[in-house]
Formats: sequence, C-alpha cells, structure tokens
Amino acid sequence: MSQQRRSEQGLLSVLGVVLQREFLSAYRSRQELANPLVFFVIVIVLFPLGVSPEPDFLRSAAAGLVWVAALLATMLSLDRLFQSDYDDGSLEQLVLCAQPLYLIVLIKSLIHWSLTGLPLILLSPFLATMLHLEAQHIPVLMLTLLMGTPVISLIGGIGAALTVSLRSGGILISLLVLPLTIPVLIFGTGTVQSSIDGLSVSGHFSIMGMMLALALTLSPFAIAAALKISVSD
Amino acid sequence: MSTALLKANNLMCERDDRLLFSNLSFELFSGDILRLEGPNGAGKTTLLRILSGLFSTFEGGVSWNGQNVRQCYSEFQQDLLFIGHKSSVKTTLTPLENLRFLMGLQQPIMDDELWQALEQVGLAGYEHVLCRNLSAGQKRRVALARLYLSDAKLWILDEIFTAIDKKGVAQLEAFLREKARMGVAIVLTTHHELSIPGIRLLRLGQVSE
Repeated sequence: MSQQRRSEQGLLSVLGVVLQREFLSAYRSRQELANPLVFFVIVIVLFPLGVSPEPDFLRSAAAGLVWVAALLATMLSLDRLFQSDYDDGSLEQLVLCAQPLYLIVLIKSLIHWSLTGLPLILLSPFLATMLHLEAQHIPVLMLTLLMGTPVISLIGGIGAALTVSLRSGGILISLLVLPLTIPVLIFGTGTVQSSIDGLSVSGHFSIMGMMLALALTLSPFAIAAALKISVSD
Repeated sequence: MSTALLKANNLMCERDDRLLFSNLSFELFSGDILRLEGPNGAGKTTLLRILSGLFSTFEGGVSWNGQNVRQCYSEFQQDLLFIGHKSSVKTTLTPLENLRFLMGLQQPIMDDELWQALEQVGLAGYEHVLCRNLSAGQKRRVALARLYLSDAKLWILDEIFTAIDKKGVAQLEAFLREKARMGVAIVLTTHHELSIPGIRLLRLGQVSE
C-alpha cells in the first residue's frame, strides 16, 4: 500500500518536472512558437487576395480553409516535438525513467498542443469573421478545432517519434501522418458545413469525440514504443 | 559469497555486419569499478547501452540481483544512474533548472541540495546562467552534478571526463572511489588515465573480423 502510494507520488512529481521544463524551455524559445501561428494567419489572409474576395465564396470556403491551415500549421511544428530532446540526450533519460513513458509523452504532447493548437483556436474567430462566416457558426468551428487539433498533435507525435533519429525527418512526418489526419479534416469541415446547411451536428461531434478519445488513449503507447526504437539506434 | 549485482551472460552484439563482441561475460559486485577499454568503435558505448537497457538488439542476457533485467526492469531503472555520451543538458535552461529536471525524473529533491551539488562541481555562481552561455566543460559538469545527488546502486557513465580539466578529473576520481567504497557499482568508459587502485578492466575490440 505504502509502496504504491510512494510510486504514485513519484509519478506526479515526475510529471510535474516534465511540465515545468517543457513550459520553461518553450518560453525561452518563444519566437519558434510564433512560426506556426504566423503561417496560419498568413495563409488565411492571403487566400481572399489570391482567389476571390467575394463574400459568398469566402463564406462557403471558410471552414475548409481554416481547417486546412490549422492542420498544416500544426504539422509544421511537429518535427520539433522530440528533436531537441533527442539531440541533447534527455530523451534517453526520459526512456530510462522508472515512471511509465506513455504518461510522460502524453503530457509532452498535450503541452505541445496547448502551445500550438490552442493559440490557433483562439485566433480562429477573428479569421473566420474576416472570411464572412456567420457569427452563429463560429462556436461550432472553434469546437471542432478544439476536438480535432489534439488528435493531429497526438497522431503527429507518432510520426515525430518514429523519425526523430533521422536527419531529415520533417518531410517524412508529413508523408506518414497527413493521410492519418484526413478523417479529422473531413469531419471537422463537415461539421461546420452541416451547421451552415442547418442540419444537426451532434452526430459529427460524436465521431470527432470518438477520434479524440481514441487518440488520447492509444497514441501515447505508440509514441512511447516509437521513441524506444528511435533511442536504441 | 554474495550474488553479483549485475551479471552479463554470453553477450553477443553485431552492428552493421560487424561483430563487436561475442561470448562476453562478466560479473559486477557492489563496490566494483569496471572500466571498459578499447579503441574507437570497439563497442564500449554499445555495451553500456545494452547494460542500461537502451539498446536491445543483442544476444545473451543481463541480470540484476540474480534476476533477468527484462523481468525486473522498473526496479532496475530505479537503481540505475546513466550518464550518456550526450549530456542531456538543455541549452535553453539554466544549470539549476536542468539539474532539477534530471534529478526529478528519479526522485523528488529539495532545491538546497541542488544548489549544493552545483557548488560541488564548481558551478557556484553559474546557477542562473543559461547553459548555452557555458563552456563545454561546464555543461558536462551540470550533468555530473547528478552524481553528487544520486542514491542509485549502479552507475553507468559514458565518457564522463570529456572536456573536464585536470583538477576536475582528479576530484571526480576521488569521488568515484569514495562512492565505490560506499557500495556503488560503477561501469565507465574514458580515454583518460585513471589512477584508481583496484579498478577492473574489460578490454573490447579484440575480436578480429
């Protein structure tokens, strides 16, 4: 009993130090955090200039455009997820830590999401308004992003973990991971489209919720296994 | 006769179609210091990674307290301190933050102890300087500060003397000797000359073709 209690405390304190260090090192290199955000904003701002500024056209394209931009922006930031830990050797220490690796990588992935996905969600209402999406559909768009971007971060984490020991992993991650994120994209935009068409969106949200639950519960194991393989090279 | 703390049994490892070692067996008792010797590429680091459980494409067995490591891996991890070739020091953090993280992975630790350990490795006054502004030797010393805090029973140390000055090496040697007397088993590689009495040597790289 006391043994179990001690190991629980050990787990909490390990997760605590991981959390603290991730936020601290993200804060120290905060310019890098801005990259995906700037990409996200620029793609959406340039789109009307490049294609058509017609409000009707933009309204119909808004959901898809925001979603594609969010997907690519998250993807861009993924190769950094484990890279610096691999380069300086702290990944070895994480793998050797007596606490379960899948919980540590779950924490790391969620922190990554909160620093990339979450700011995108907070920016999305402004960009959606710019694209003439009606106000009543904006919460739906934000909710789909809230449920969808963690899935992208977690699935992308598997790709990042597999390619971390390769020199040019960036492009490989996209090739590996993009096909797996297509369902998220389809249901994300589909939900907003249904809302615009006046249909019920609860079914769409159920499916997105399922994807989120699956990603949260299963991908940490896959990421942990992939990291162990990468570290043993 | 006590049982060996760590026992390697008939290890065989091949990398890139080259046999690094085969039929390698040894026992390590509490208080032993074992030094791996051999030219570059002889498989010293690979052997250390096999012993620590990071590298798993090998044949043979490693046992810990008489039990196969695979069966008691979490106990083994709790008793292990591994300092690798890469020092695990993040350049965007200060020595104090780095040490807090690296130690925190093993056991919760008080801040005064961290300060003390940094002082012992000669980093007093550098606690709040970002590691990217430190010299290579100082970065190495941040990683070495873990030695002064650890209560692990087995230390696996890969090239820890790299970039450390002569005085630092001597101090570290004395400290390792002291720790071994207290019962810590140490496996290390280094190209430095060491003057530790009673050190055991294991020569790698004699397998030809």
